[in-house]
Amino acid sequence: MGTKRQFRIWRGDESGGDLQDYAVEVNEGEVVLDVIHRLQATDAPDLACRWNCKAGKCGSCSMEINGKPRLSCMTRMSTFEDDETVTVTPLRTFPVIRDLVTDVSFNYEKARETPAFAPPADVAPGEYRMQQVDVERSQEFRKCIECYLCQNVCHVIRDHEENKPAFSGPRFFIRAAELDMHPLDAKTDRKEYAQSEMGLGFCNITKCCTEVCPEHIKITDNGIIPMKERVVDRRYDPLVWLGSKIFRRGQVPQTSVTSEHHSGAGSAQSGVHSHAGGSHDARSEAQAQKGVNWHRQVPHPTAPPLDANGKLPLTELTFDKAAAPSPFGDDVTFPLPPEHLNFAHPQQDQPKH
Amino acid sequence: MTETRIERHHYDVVVIGAGGAGLRAAIEARLAGKKTAIISKSLFGKAHTVMAEGGAAAAMGNVNPRDNWQVHFRDTMRGGKFLNNFRMAELHAKESPQRIWELETYGALFDRTKDGKISQRNFGGHEYPRLAHVGDRTGLELIRTLQQKIVSLQQEDKRELGDYEARIRVFAETTITELLLDGDRVAGAFGYYRESGEFILFEAPAVVLATGGVGRSYKVTSNSWEYTGDGHALALRAGATLINMEFLQFHPTGMVWPPSVKGILVTESVRGDGGVLKNSEGKRFMFDYVPDVFRKQYADNEAEADRWYKDPDNNRRPPELLPRDEVARAINSEVKAGRGTPAGGVYLDIASRLPAEEIRRRLPSMHHQFKELADVDITKEPMEVGPTCHYVMGGVEVDPDSGAAAGSVRGLFAAGEVSGGMHGSNRLGGNSLSDLLVFGKRAGGHAASYTDQLPTRPKISVAAVEAAVETALAPLQRDTGESPYVLQQDLQAVMGELVGIIRREGELVDALGKLAQLRERVAKVSAAGGRRYNPGWHLALDLRNMLVVSECTAKAALERQESRGGHTREDFPQMDAKWRRVNLVCSLDGDAVRLERKPLPKMRPELISLFDRAELAKYLTDEELAEFDALTEEAGK
Repeated sequence: MGTKRQFRIWRGDESGGDLQDYAVEVNEGEVVLDVIHRLQATDAPDLACRWNCKAGKCGSCSMEINGKPRLSCMTRMSTFEDDETVTVTPLRTFPVIRDLVTDVSFNYEKARETPAFAPPADVAPGEYRMQQVDVERSQEFRKCIECYLCQNVCHVIRDHEENKPAFSGPRFFIRAAELDMHPLDAKTDRKEYAQSEMGLGFCNITKCCTEVCPEHIKITDNGIIPMKERVVDRRYDPLVWLGSKIFRRGQVPQTSVTSEHHSGAGSAQSGVHSHAGGSHDARSEAQAQKGVNWHRQVPHPTAPPLDANGKLPLTELTFDKAAAPSPFGDDVTFPLPPEHLNFAHPQQDQPKH
Repeated sequence: MTETRIERHHYDVVVIGAGGAGLRAAIEARLAGKKTAIISKSLFGKAHTVMAEGGAAAAMGNVNPRDNWQVHFRDTMRGGKFLNNFRMAELHAKESPQRIWELETYGALFDRTKDGKISQRNFGGHEYPRLAHVGDRTGLELIRTLQQKIVSLQQEDKRELGDYEARIRVFAETTITELLLDGDRVAGAFGYYRESGEFILFEAPAVVLATGGVGRSYKVTSNSWEYTGDGHALALRAGATLINMEFLQFHPTGMVWPPSVKGILVTESVRGDGGVLKNSEGKRFMFDYVPDVFRKQYADNEAEADRWYKDPDNNRRPPELLPRDEVARAINSEVKAGRGTPAGGVYLDIASRLPAEEIRRRLPSMHHQFKELADVDITKEPMEVGPTCHYVMGGVEVDPDSGAAAGSVRGLFAAGEVSGGMHGSNRLGGNSLSDLLVFGKRAGGHAASYTDQLPTRPKISVAAVEAAVETALAPLQRDTGESPYVLQQDLQAVMGELVGIIRREGELVDALGKLAQLRERVAKVSAAGGRRYNPGWHLALDLRNMLVVSECTAKAALERQESRGGHTREDFPQMDAKWRRVNLVCSLDGDAVRLERKPLPKMRPELISLFDRAELAKYLTDEELAEFDALTEEAGK
């Protein structure tokens, strides 16, 4: 009852590899992981691939299928045309170990650097009282199955190895948001920490992470943006501003976690941002030499943060700089590097006819 | 292969397994100040515990204040058909509330009641709403919470000692193939990194097994690839014993269609929230399958059953909430009688019972899973479900208080699914998550104190390590044997067809013969490729574990001539009170599995007095009943 379908699967290790062609039997109702298992049992017994639950609950079988980051256990074969070749490659953002298995230890390091839940000192076990409505916001983020597809797709670190030390990534922004919104967490500087130590400022809200999330967590809208907004609230609070003018402190209220000036903002200023600012990436330099890449898919620009009146929310009086904030965002410096000179038509995503 | 590089590590406690039990044990050992290693066969946080959906049973009494540990204890014993180790059931019922509350201090966020406490839901076999839950992803919450607690301990160590891994370290994607002994004492563990294929040796006086179950020996299973009975087999080879291996739980409602998700579970809470089982004729058939022992608690008509959801105090429960084995058997009978679905299951219908919005709210990940995996909208159409191999009640025979393995070995502990006795012949839903926490903590704590009272550290013998290296490399060096995938399929076929949900003497004898043949083939298995992340090689090494554990199951299933809980013999369909007093104990004699009968520990008077005489009469022998009568008479004086 099965039909033969064409697969191209990346085989190799850190020293290199290539796509290999396989013709595999596919039955009705199967997913890509079923096909990989069949390959292991037949043509390629040593084909390396991670998986556990095969039910979209453990987040082990992340890979890129036809270039899209997916869980292979959740990618039904019926979503492809019968004569379509399915290309399966390992996650691009992490170093390859073998075949479809990558070294995701980056994520475990970042997890270890994210401060843990701080239990309230004066509440005994069994005495925790919280309302359902208050825990639901954090519960959304606790749905995360740690498949790391959001980390993989995030352009701040995809192809930008140099950003990895200073950037924790969407998975850990929602971890910070989850703790920030936890009704009983005793630590009060989650957002400042995310801004200063986790590289929250690198994110320019292209929402790629939300798009690939198999749990449909609204990573950007419900996690990252509220974290950014509240950091901004604090930074631009007139009283804090006045205090900082008087006492000549930094813009961020100093807390135990916001150590002196740390890598996050530092490297942002030195211009290794993915969409704006100069790039030291050899590949983009080479592209720049060839001239403007007109076929590059340009992310939509981030809208400036307007208030209810359609204005930028700050007057000069309450702002910590000598002028109104840049509508391009503070992380963009001019002139833009040549490889970023490109034009996104406002209707670029709409069908032509 | 003259030179083999082996990475060596020294730890006080090595925990094998990074699911709920393993992580809880590791936390306890670390809190006791021991240098602790966690061995995880997968990545950290991917353990099979994430699959648990329904919740963790703990008599907190948040929803119904009449609930307490005695009621929970009674339910557990009843569910296990009185074959449970009573002391484990007692400890479990008493300690699970604290273990759940403790999780909140680690950052867990359970669903809440109106007054802000942890909400509890109904579940099969539990008299009151008892399962702490987070939607239907409770297992994920549990594993993530424990994982994050370990990170938090590592952060403490970093502050104090300057190194995250000073006192607790996770070895991800690492498999242990052998336990090493010094005389009768555990001295360490040998294994390999899956990623690189490099060998690793742990020198440690105490080892906690928390490796989970054996489901990969079955074709239709909800278990992940990791469930190859590693801990069971390691324990056997180290001289420990296994009990209750004949009892396997087949979850009544696994998906049977489409094939890609065959075996994946549909949580019992679908039924707890109003879902009903129907056959292909549209009949709600469970009313025909209420056994006499349950007549008092379960409704015999649809009207009463439906009232129960709103008014549980004045109505009997719907028969869809009978213990799992009863439901599994009922579905099996319907399908065999030709009233099943085309894919060989029955219909589980919640779509016609609750508004779509309510289904999405109560069963979010269920809804999500079906939509994504099968393109089925459970708010619109019924699901196709059938029995799937889910949980092994049997496991390492342990001391109930400490989790120390019985048999000839010392320094070996076990907790969670890999240990036996707690659940008797059948586990209640929700009791496994609390089991992990209660006995994980106990095993970790007792492993730590065991190392304290050791006068000298046991030593590893070089010869044992060399033998372990040789065994591990053998499949790669042979190119004449069969593929491990073929052997696994053959093993699954034997177990699924001959040692499955309904068993017969002839088939079990046949199975033992086939397993003996398989043993010879497995001894000659060969794996293609190199050592670096080679799943074929990994499977080849797991096969011998699966095989020896399957032999235990088949032998014990042949020996036990009655039907009870997760063991159904067509030729002995009744429960037999004489068999209730017997545990079947497996050990290893050289290479062969040896089976012995051992009496079940006797329940203490104050515990047996928690039951009605009428109920006990269904389980106990006349002799035991006379004892019980004497006891109550004495108490009455």
